[in-house]
Amino acid sequence: MTATTTAPLAAPETRTPVRRPSARLRAWATRAPLLPALIFMIVVTQLPFVATLVISFFDWNSLYPDARQFTGLDNYQEVLTDPDLRRSVWTTVLLTVAVVLASLVLGLVLALLLDRRFRGRGIVRTLLIAPFLVVPVAAALLWKHVLYNPEYGLFNGLLHYVGGPQPDWISNTPLLAVEASLVWQWTPFMMLILLAGLQSRDHQQIEAARVDGASDWQIFVHLTLPHLRRYLELGALLGSIYIVQNFDAVFTITSGGLGTANLPYTVYQSFYQAHENGLASAAGVLVVIGSIVIATFALRVVSSLFREEVSRA
Amino acid sequence: MSTNALRVRRVRGKGAGLGLLAWLLGVAFFLPIAWMALTSFHSEQDAATNPPSFAAALTLDGYREFFGAGGGASPWPALINSTVASVASTLLVLLLAFPAAYALSINRVRKWTDVLFFFLSTKMLPAVAGLLPIYLFAKNAGMLDNIWLLVILYTSMNLPIAVWMMQSFLAEIPVAVIEAARVDGARLPTVLARVVAPIALPGIAATALICFIFSWNELLFARVLTGVVAETAPVFLTGFITSQGLFLAKVCAASLVISLPVLAAGFAAQDKLVQGLSLGAVK
Repeated sequence: MTATTTAPLAAPETRTPVRRPSARLRAWATRAPLLPALIFMIVVTQLPFVATLVISFFDWNSLYPDARQFTGLDNYQEVLTDPDLRRSVWTTVLLTVAVVLASLVLGLVLALLLDRRFRGRGIVRTLLIAPFLVVPVAAALLWKHVLYNPEYGLFNGLLHYVGGPQPDWISNTPLLAVEASLVWQWTPFMMLILLAGLQSRDHQQIEAARVDGASDWQIFVHLTLPHLRRYLELGALLGSIYIVQNFDAVFTITSGGLGTANLPYTVYQSFYQAHENGLASAAGVLVVIGSIVIATFALRVVSSLFREEVSRA
Repeated sequence: MSTNALRVRRVRGKGAGLGLLAWLLGVAFFLPIAWMALTSFHSEQDAATNPPSFAAALTLDGYREFFGAGGGASPWPALINSTVASVASTLLVLLLAFPAAYALSINRVRKWTDVLFFFLSTKMLPAVAGLLPIYLFAKNAGMLDNIWLLVILYTSMNLPIAVWMMQSFLAEIPVAVIEAARVDGARLPTVLARVVAPIALPGIAATALICFIFSWNELLFARVLTGVVAETAPVFLTGFITSQGLFLAKVCAASLVISLPVLAAGFAAQDKLVQGLSLGAVK
């Protein structure tokens, strides 16, 4: 693939003094290096989605392949009226909003603490990043078996010392159990983004405000928070994109049981276990529509950050 | 004592208190991982006690069990598959992303921001949206349980991030440097290899690390599209989901060993990690 991209690239360089290459040729030479990546992305991501869209209009259970037939919007109607699926939509919203908000707030606290100078700051930063770097399935196993287990988990072990109750965390509060593990994994990510935001503040402006007698709280509310707004938005949106799609934690900790099945898990289950290709596709398309709503907003925010960067350059 | 000295002391006292709080929170966040590491070196009996035994004898039994000494499935095929899938897809990503980033940052195509946003928008298409057709295609093409199918999918998963990151790195290269090389008579391949690549090398390395981490971590595609032969490390880990009772040390050893490459890569590239994950928007 590189051979095909580098050859046309050389075109503008090898122009002969007799005839300049046409503007059209030059435009193609500029475009050529982009094409392999562009074509690859279209083939591997857009084509399957179109296929999903087509399949979503069929009644198609892969256990009965001969009974496949066009059913129009029936799958969508079934998906939208199915109480389990409707609950999984709600679960997805709850999971995403709770995890993003909690990890943002915690991440902000940690970023503010780490923005100050203190002994061992580098070590603390490294300790805090670690949860984000554990393989998600391993992190989910850690929470399920090592921390939450009612008999020998660390949480109940520590509660034992203070004489507290010994709850069965996953059975009692299943969704909260999944959320807590995700907050633990995503807080470091939020912290890193917000820390980058804090360190890009204008320190002269803060000094000037301090000289004018502003308190720490006033500086935080009137200078730091407005400056951090776009970093908070970026963290929230990137976090949402990843957490809406979460599969690993739901699959590992509860296997979608006890009302924790989110949309990705439900889609996985309806075609992997129930073999309902049409229904799964319709649910998949609905996940995409939901994501587009978030994505449109996300793109706007990212592009405003991006424009600013371009104008700065 | 002057009021000024008093104020300095008060500020220092508050600073120390907040530093202590930061330490406490850092240790709290790290505690599960430290506990997992300690448990992985305990015998299964000591691992599964309540209250937890902090001072129990240390042993490598958990690791021996994980590597198949107890007659269980060996993790080596899964670890090798993960390495192949992650490394191969990372290389393919770099091969596709570098020319694309060049066209989006140095020798810019028209409407380059639109193209950049197209790449980003594919990242927002949930994986489940294309899973079924990909599964059906793989089944008909005889590519189920084939590691190279994962390589292609992981490439599509990471290519948008890589294009974004690399274009932001390449855009930082001063145009004058490239112009100078051109004036000296260097052809484009030479400019790319001798001028652009060396300057962008730290950025390329960071991009590679992030792609490696995401491929190594991926579960959904691997779970659906692989079986016995092409099983990856995260899929191997899902074998422990229902493990009850006396396998705690083994679970911990497995989780740590499989997380080790990501932990190492992540610690090595802490700063670049944010920049990559935020698609170059945060410097």
